[in-house]
Amino acid sequence: MLEERVDVLRVRTPEGVSFAFLLASPVTRLAAWAIDTGAILAAWSLISAGIALLGLLSADLARGVIAVGYFVFSTGCGIALEWMWNGQTLGKRLLHLRVMDESGLPLRFSQVVVRNLLRAVDVLPVAYLVGGVAAFVSRKSQRLGDVAAATIVVHEPPVAGTDLTGLVLAKYNSLRGQQHIAARLRAKTSPALAHAALQALLRREHFEPAARLELFRELATHFRLLLHLPVELDEGISDEQFLRNVVEVLFGAKSPAPTKQDTVR
Amino acid sequence: MIIDLAKFVVAEEGYWLRLEKILERRRADPWAPLPLEEARDLDYLYRRAAADLSRVATFSSEPEMRRRLEQLVARAYAEIHGARGAGTVRLRPWQWFVNVLPQTFRRHWHMAGLVVAITLVGMIFGGVAVAVDPEAKQVIMPFPHLIGDPKERVAKEEATKEDRLAGHRAAFAGHLMTHNTKVTLFALALGMTWGVGTIVLVFYNGIMLGAIAVDYILAGETTFLFGWLLPHGVVEIPAIFVGAQAGFVLARAVLGREDGRPIGQRLRAVADDVATLGAGAALMLVWAGIIESYLSQYHEPAIPYALKIVFGVVEGGLLVLYFGFVGRTKAKKREAVRA
Repeated sequence: MLEERVDVLRVRTPEGVSFAFLLASPVTRLAAWAIDTGAILAAWSLISAGIALLGLLSADLARGVIAVGYFVFSTGCGIALEWMWNGQTLGKRLLHLRVMDESGLPLRFSQVVVRNLLRAVDVLPVAYLVGGVAAFVSRKSQRLGDVAAATIVVHEPPVAGTDLTGLVLAKYNSLRGQQHIAARLRAKTSPALAHAALQALLRREHFEPAARLELFRELATHFRLLLHLPVELDEGISDEQFLRNVVEVLFGAKSPAPTKQDTVR
Repeated sequence: MIIDLAKFVVAEEGYWLRLEKILERRRADPWAPLPLEEARDLDYLYRRAAADLSRVATFSSEPEMRRRLEQLVARAYAEIHGARGAGTVRLRPWQWFVNVLPQTFRRHWHMAGLVVAITLVGMIFGGVAVAVDPEAKQVIMPFPHLIGDPKERVAKEEATKEDRLAGHRAAFAGHLMTHNTKVTLFALALGMTWGVGTIVLVFYNGIMLGAIAVDYILAGETTFLFGWLLPHGVVEIPAIFVGAQAGFVLARAVLGREDGRPIGQRLRAVADDVATLGAGAALMLVWAGIIESYLSQYHEPAIPYALKIVFGVVEGGLLVLYFGFVGRTKAKKREAVRA
């Protein structure tokens, strides 16, 4: 029976703290494996060229070292890199993947060894079919090696700061300086809603005028209902301006300082 | 609820930095003793960072701060709840060789016994099959040169004057090492199939051994058989036993639901032993590969059979002493301390 798959593994500590790991998909893992295999083959072609120089001393010895060397190098490379780079190989590093203990505890050396030794079964019959099927049916996307070593592979996308380039803010913002409202706004706004509001403003030129007005009206209404603002903070402000004020508070964007002339007026 | 985020960050930043410093120090030297004062500080700062994480968890526009706190809390959690020195490995090969490997083998001797029993059943099956139906050799024998008449092979080997492996000995040894290690590690890995795959592989190995032994004994070539197989076989065959033993250790962890722990915990608990047994088997196969290439393939008159048999018996005796007795004193002392 298929287990219910999850995208996020949430670890809850005995102290009641919880933190989440984003699980890597089998397809991303396959891509990382392909990169690793290519890198190992490329590196081995260089190393074996060096070993071949042993042939000047003894051709037999060179053949023997190459026979054992490839096996040790191809098996040991994954183990050594995952150990030294804290759960990452070259492919995993490039694709922002990392091997972790499934309880969030530090990865032990024996776990790294076991998950790599179990590739012998995961790779069967061809192209990681057993491992791939196991990962697809596993709740935590684990191949057999991961199950045996009690490890998971997580995706750690780099956190990019929000790009506010192109966001035109007003000199005045009725919400600015209202710390209770700012705190309520941040607490009640989901990341998806904050992102939607920001994107609506950044792409305003791409919308038809009527659609733009409708979109801003809907978003502003939603935020107004969320915040229960005092009337004086919202009076006489267009939907679009209100949305700009909200986004400025949410993302902490810097608005232009009012000039002396503005202040006098 | 955080009223002023900027103030909150300014107030807490110092605590986060202190926690980061302690964690960095632990990462630099995970085996260093942790003074009581620093342990208390670590615990306090971990709880404080965890509380901060809960407070910012609902903030939609602070992903970087949230990620930083999540990573900080996760690292502190791993430091507090992980074993001492977790995340590191102390390379002590001699200690591993004279204590860890033999003790691990003895700790799971039941599994080794099971492997031997399955091999013996396979040997009886293979031996009887060849004795009753010589045609069975066509199916059972792993290599073509074993299908023919043993008497003919022995006569041919003993009449050969030139060194057949001249210029190929190292390559042959390398091939044997990698092939046998792959098969043994495969037996280990098949433990994840609830042990079924390991049983099949060990049983088949037993069939081949029994068939070869009975074939040569019935042909009156017992001395050749022992002279040929003992020097490398007394290490190679136990190496496969050790690999399969590790497979059964895995299988027991997969199947053992009676102790109430989830499968992840059961498997994590045996990971050290499985890795140790796998590495031990691989090490034994390196030795066996060298002996098979440089000694076993040479027969009388080049090397007397008696010498090869004595060599094999001595090796076997040393192996029994190693797995049976080495590291016992320390293990007993440790048990006494525990008691």
